Parts: sequence; C-alpha cells; structure tokens
Amino acid sequence: MAHEQHNYLNHQKGIWSWLTTLDHKRIGIMYFVAIMSFFFLGGVFALLVRAELFTPGKTLFSADVYNRMMTYHGAIMVFMVIVPGIPAIFGNFVLPIMIGAKDVAFPRLNLMSWYMLMIGAAITGSTLFLENVDTGWTFYTPYSSIKTGLGVIPMVLGVFIIGFSSILTGLNFIVTTHKLRAPGMTMNRIPLMVWALYSTAILQVLATPVLAITLLLLIAEKTLGVGIFDPQLGGDPVLFQHFFWFYSHPAVYIMILPAMGVISELVATYSRKVIFGYTAIAYSSLAIAGVSFLVWGHHMFVSGQSEFAGVLFSFITMLVGVPTAIKLFNWIATMYKGSIRLDAPMLFAIGFMFLFTIGGLTGVYLASTGMDIHFHDTYFVVAHFHYVMVGGTLMALMGALIYWFPKVTGKIYSDLVGRISWVFIFTGFNVTFFPQFILGNMGMPRRYYDYLPTFTELNQMSTFGSWLIGTGFLVGLYGVIYALLKGKEAGNNPFGGKTLEWTTASPPPHENFESTPVLTGGPYEYR
Amino acid sequence: MNWFSLITATSFMPVPATKESGDVDNLYIFLLVSGLISFIILIGGMVIFIFKYRRKTEDQKSAYITHNTLAEFLWSFIPFVIMMVIFAWGWSVFHDLRRVGEKGDVEVHVTARQWAWTFKYANDIEINSPTDKKLLDDPDSTLLKPEIVVVPVGKTIRFILTSDDVLHSFYVPAFRNKMDAVPGRRTTFTFTPIEKGDFTVFCTEYCGTKHSNMMATIRVVDGEQFAAWQAEKIAANAGANNKGPAERGEALFKGSLGCSGCHSIDGSRIVGPSFKGLYGNKRDFADGSSVTADDAYIKQSILVPTAKIVAGFPPAMSSFQGRIKEDEIKDIIEFIKTLK
Repeated sequence: MAHEQHNYLNHQKGIWSWLTTLDHKRIGIMYFVAIMSFFFLGGVFALLVRAELFTPGKTLFSADVYNRMMTYHGAIMVFMVIVPGIPAIFGNFVLPIMIGAKDVAFPRLNLMSWYMLMIGAAITGSTLFLENVDTGWTFYTPYSSIKTGLGVIPMVLGVFIIGFSSILTGLNFIVTTHKLRAPGMTMNRIPLMVWALYSTAILQVLATPVLAITLLLLIAEKTLGVGIFDPQLGGDPVLFQHFFWFYSHPAVYIMILPAMGVISELVATYSRKVIFGYTAIAYSSLAIAGVSFLVWGHHMFVSGQSEFAGVLFSFITMLVGVPTAIKLFNWIATMYKGSIRLDAPMLFAIGFMFLFTIGGLTGVYLASTGMDIHFHDTYFVVAHFHYVMVGGTLMALMGALIYWFPKVTGKIYSDLVGRISWVFIFTGFNVTFFPQFILGNMGMPRRYYDYLPTFTELNQMSTFGSWLIGTGFLVGLYGVIYALLKGKEAGNNPFGGKTLEWTTASPPPHENFESTPVLTGGPYEYR
Repeated sequence: MNWFSLITATSFMPVPATKESGDVDNLYIFLLVSGLISFIILIGGMVIFIFKYRRKTEDQKSAYITHNTLAEFLWSFIPFVIMMVIFAWGWSVFHDLRRVGEKGDVEVHVTARQWAWTFKYANDIEINSPTDKKLLDDPDSTLLKPEIVVVPVGKTIRFILTSDDVLHSFYVPAFRNKMDAVPGRRTTFTFTPIEKGDFTVFCTEYCGTKHSNMMATIRVVDGEQFAAWQAEKIAANAGANNKGPAERGEALFKGSLGCSGCHSIDGSRIVGPSFKGLYGNKRDFADGSSVTADDAYIKQSILVPTAKIVAGFPPAMSSFQGRIKEDEIKDIIEFIKTLK
C-alpha cells in the first residue's frame, strides 16, 4: 500500500505516548513486554533449579540458594506470569474488539492496573537484591512469620499490590462485557474467549481480596507481633492455609479459564467449523468459576483438618471435573467433520488438550482423599500442576501469540518457526514432567534440595527436558523478532476467523472499527 | 482383585508395608486404568479427527453441527458417575488411613523440629533422627544417616505428632500415609505394619534449609525382637544417667534439643554460629556491642535468643523457654566448656 494506513500503532508517537496511553491495545502490548520479561526471569530460575537437581547432593548451589531460587521461580511464575498472562495481554487486546467496543469501560483504570503490576513486581523483585526469600511461593506460616528473614515483608507487599492490578483488570472486564457490546451482540453471541475472560474476571474480583487481606495479616504479625498465625503468639498456622487457598485455588482457574477461551477460538477457526455446544462451553466456564470457591480444602487433606472437612472438599472437587470434561468433549466434537488445518496455533491447541487431559486426569487422583494422602506434597503434585498450569496456560499463550500476532502487528508469524517451537516445547514438557509422576509414585517429596540416589535417573531426564522447553521458548522469541522485522503483510483475516476482530484492519485503527459493527448471528457461523 | 495383578501399575510404588497400603494400591490401579481409558477415548478421538478431517482443499466445507443433547448428557453424566465412585472409594480408604481417636497397641510421641524428628516411647525410650553422620560417602551429599525407630509387626502403631517450630509433614511412602506435624496441635499417624523391614520417613512440608535431609528409618520387626530392642534401650538409658554433666549436655545437644541442627562444634558454619571455642571468648553482636561468653550469656541465648544477635547471623532461633529444664542448661554449658 503506497499510502500508509492509519492505525493504533502510528496514531501517536514516542515513548511517552506509550507510557500514558489509554488505548487497550497498546496496554496489551505493554503487558506483553513486561510479562515476557518476568517469564524469562522465572524461566531462568526454573532452569537453575533443575540444574541443581541434576545430581543428588550439592551440584551447583547451597541448600539456601536453592530454596530461594525455588521460591522466586514459583512466585514470579504464579503471580507475575500465569495469573496476569493471558487476560492482561490478550484479554486487553482482543476483548473490546471481539465485542465490538472502542475500548474497555475504564481506560484510565486499565493503565493504572499496568502500573500497579509494575510497582508490585519492582517491590517483590527488590528482595532479590535486599534480602532473599526462601519460603516457597505459598508463604506458609509459621515458617514465613517467625523462622525466616524480613525479606518476606516486601515480597508479600509486592504480591499484595499485584493483586490489586488483578482486581482492577477483572472489574474493568466485567463492566466492559456488560456495557459496551455492539448492537445485536447478546450475551449468547459473545465469543467463547470473552466468556472465559468474563468468568475469570469474576474470580479475580471476588477471590483476590482474600489474598490481599491474608498477606496484610502476615505482615502485621511479622512487624507488630499480632498473634494470628504463629502458635507462639496464640495464633493458628493452619488458618493461613485456609485463607491462602481460598484465593489460590480459584487462582488456578484464573490461570486456566482464559487458556480454555483461547483454545475454543483456535479449535473453531482451524477446524473452520461452528463450535460444538456453545452454551455448554460458555456456562461450564461460569460453573467452574462458581465451584472453584468451594474446593480450597483439598490442599489440606493432611493438614490436620477434620476427616469430615476432607471428605466434603473431596466431593466438591470431584464436581469441578464435570464441566472441565464437558469442555474437552466439546472441543473434540468441534473437530468432528471439520476442515482441520494443523497450523502452529492449532498444534498448540492440540498440545494443550493432550497435556491438559493428563493434568486433569491426575487431578482426579489428588481429589480422591485416600489416594491424595500418598501423593500429597510429592513430585506427583509438581508434575500434575505443571501439566495443568504450565502445559495448559503456556501452550495456550503460545497459540494465542501466533494466532493474534497478525492482528496486533499486521505481520504474519512464521508458521514454520511456530511449529519448531511447538516440537521443542511439547516434547520438553513431557520429558520434564512425566518422570516426575513416577518420582511421586516412588515417594520423592517436593521442594527437595537433595535426594536419595534411587531418584537420580528420573531427575536427570527431567532436567534434560527443561533444556528442551527453554530452547522451544527461545525459538518462539526468535519468531517474534523475525516476524516484526521480516514478517509478511497479514491482511485483515489471514486465518479465516469469524469473530469480530477479524473484520477490522490489521493492525486495527485507534478506535478499533471504522464504523460500529452490528451483529446478526453467533460468533462461529461457518456454513 | 487378581485381574489387577496383570498390570504392574504399582511397580514404581514402594512395597506396600501396611494393612492399609494395599487398599490404596487397588484404588490407584482403578484410577490408572480408568484414566488410561479416558485418555485413549479423548486423545485417540482427537488424533483420528485430525487425520480424517484434515483440510485437503482450500475451499473444503465443514459440517454444521451446533449441538447434540443426548451426547452432551452422556458425556456429562458418565464422568460424573465415575467420579462419584472414585470419591466414595477414596473416602473409604481415607477413613482406614486416618482412624481418628483409635488407640494404638504401641504409642509414640513424635516431635518435629528444624531439622530432626524425636520419637519418644511410653517407657521414655527416645530416638533422635537423623544422626549426625553422613548417609553417603559422596562428599557433595547433604543427607544424614537416618536413625532407626523400631516397631512390632502386626500391631496397631499410633504416632502422636506435634512440632516445636514450623510445619513439617511425616511421610512414609511404603505406608502410603502422611500427616502434618503442626506446632500447637496434636495430629495422629496410625498404621498396622504387615511387612518386616526398613522403611524411610521423609518430611514433605517445606521447612527451611535442611528440609530434604529430615529422614528417619522405621524398622518393623517381630514381637520378640521389639521387646529385646526395648530392653536394650532401657539399659542404655540407665547407663546414660550415670554420666557426667558434660556427657549429658552432649546428648542433649545432639539429641532431643536438636542444637546440632543449627550449631556445629568444629567451627564450621551451619545456620547459627559454631560452639567451638565459645566459652570464655568474646562475642561480637549485630548491634556493635560485644560480651565475653559466660554462663549468664549462654543461658540468656537459650531462653531469649533474640536478646543478642551474633554479627553475621540471622535472628532465626526460637526460644527454648519451657522446653528446657534448669539442670539441662547447666549440662549444656558444661558441654560447651569442653569445646576448646
């Protein structure tokens, strides 16, 4: 095109225009840059943790250094990467466009959310240089409150602020979804990605304040000596676990629901087929969100809580399995009699279903009280939640990246690079985490710096796998840089998507659409 | 349950050593088989569709199928039923593992602390684990040799757990059982061993620096051997009471007070300062002051550890107030005097 198109990227110029932008698309990109930097840091810690475990005994670091790396790996990945990841990056970018809105409901609040993530991350990150924290990302009392250093205070203060970023984003998405839909877009016509983000937002708004309060109580105990969790001061250490998991279990679904939204979009587009059971997928997101509030006690089957509590939580946890299974069946049914193309995003969607199925099925083992007693806090759990959260969320994140890359930048992400990245990441995940199921069977506890020689071979396999994953993500990063520099022009709808974002220009104009779209049907009408 | 033995599903699990662990393994095999079948249906279906419905021409159309109520009902209802079976089965196994309130034939009080276990039998036999010897010849290994705790086969054993400091968790893979040791609370770990042999205890709740070497060995023997072991321990205890104060102090240092978890006696740095050459020498504190280490200073450090923090060390120690007797403090001081 001789005359350069007017879009959100060239609407304003200069770094200041980015740092003060109220455009949800630019904020999405700012989230991308920030969260990918955190991801890189968390990934380096992961590789170091696995390297230390390559041999029993001291391999590279002392036990204290290992415990700190394990803590930062977990805290960074959970609070700064996987929880904000898909909603903050892709939710910000596509949610308003998918419902035909000009922006989110509260653009200034949206920018503030980004700054809160930055401030929180800076405070948490500062402990790396001031006083390292070695509590693990769960900050269990009384270890965190009486037995370890004061670095815990800035660490959880940072997490507290990050939590507010999450709450504000969720609030923004709820209002946006309710108030700014284009004419004709009823709630039963919004894309499934939006349903997933909407369910996630409810969780963010309702669950995160509990974490915030818990962390404040921890700080109060540590600084003022108020006896809440520390038995020496008359507190109850198990109370912390109740509070903590009341947030952190719903948080697991904050991590996975947006990923499920991405998969719904990918499966429909690359099968070129109307999604099977739209209503079931949409409402199962809400069902998962609702039930997830009532299952936190399954993290505490061996904590000393009553047998009755254990049984009750086990029962409710089993119920979450049903809407989850419904989603998987619906995606697969969507592929039935479809017109399937195995482009890189679809490979990531298939990888998601493969890994998530293993993660979900092993979740049933852990939900069953009698079985969980053996596997609780062993490598079986480590394997399970990495299959669900990392395999699930990161697979979806990579799929989303390649799928929406043309819409965001106007350039096509090389499909070949995407496929190579997929081969490394998918193989790497299985080589890394499958042996950990077996380690769990054998009884190797998690968070171990040193282990018995019988566990050596499986740990070495796992470490080898971590290098494959690392390589896969480096290839993925190369793909981003290559596409930005040399990518082909994308056009408005390179993959034949049916949702609204594919009807506008790539990259979209400043206010998303030249004229407000009007909807006459559902989102996936491939006929 | 013979048809289960066709599958070596539990081949990676340790040998089931208690009455309850066999039931856990049966549940495990059911979970594994039903999970495998579900996996094959889901992923197998997905793979078949990928190949069968692959886009061959660019204008290839897809079928327009929005939903199918019967299929959707079935694939919601069948998983629900299977999960209810797993729930109920898990509950029944859980109930057998927990046995809340049931008294044991042998009862042992187990106290966890950073980073050791103390097992105290009703007749005052006391075992502290791990020992202060290395488990392996490997110079890089940080694991310490577990001490042996003996229990009789075929009896119901109840361990009553608590913790002196932070959360720990008592886990014996061969027993398929696990329970947290919580400060300020008592929890129980009940089991009935059916296999003789040595079984490893791990700590599974992260508890700080030496979390991974908090091990013990439970040795299951027959009744006579258990009685003989007890008699031998009681005799050794009687001998220990005739020892001098420094020896008693050493036993406390390495044993039930667990000082050796954080303080070395050879000058090496663990978590806290070493006791080598402590007595009678100057100590420098974090606030810049210093004092000569005497009886009063050592006593204060045991009872109010945060009063004076040695320069270069974290204020990590918790008070032994109420956990140590006046005589024992004197014995410890006598022991420290010997560490020139």
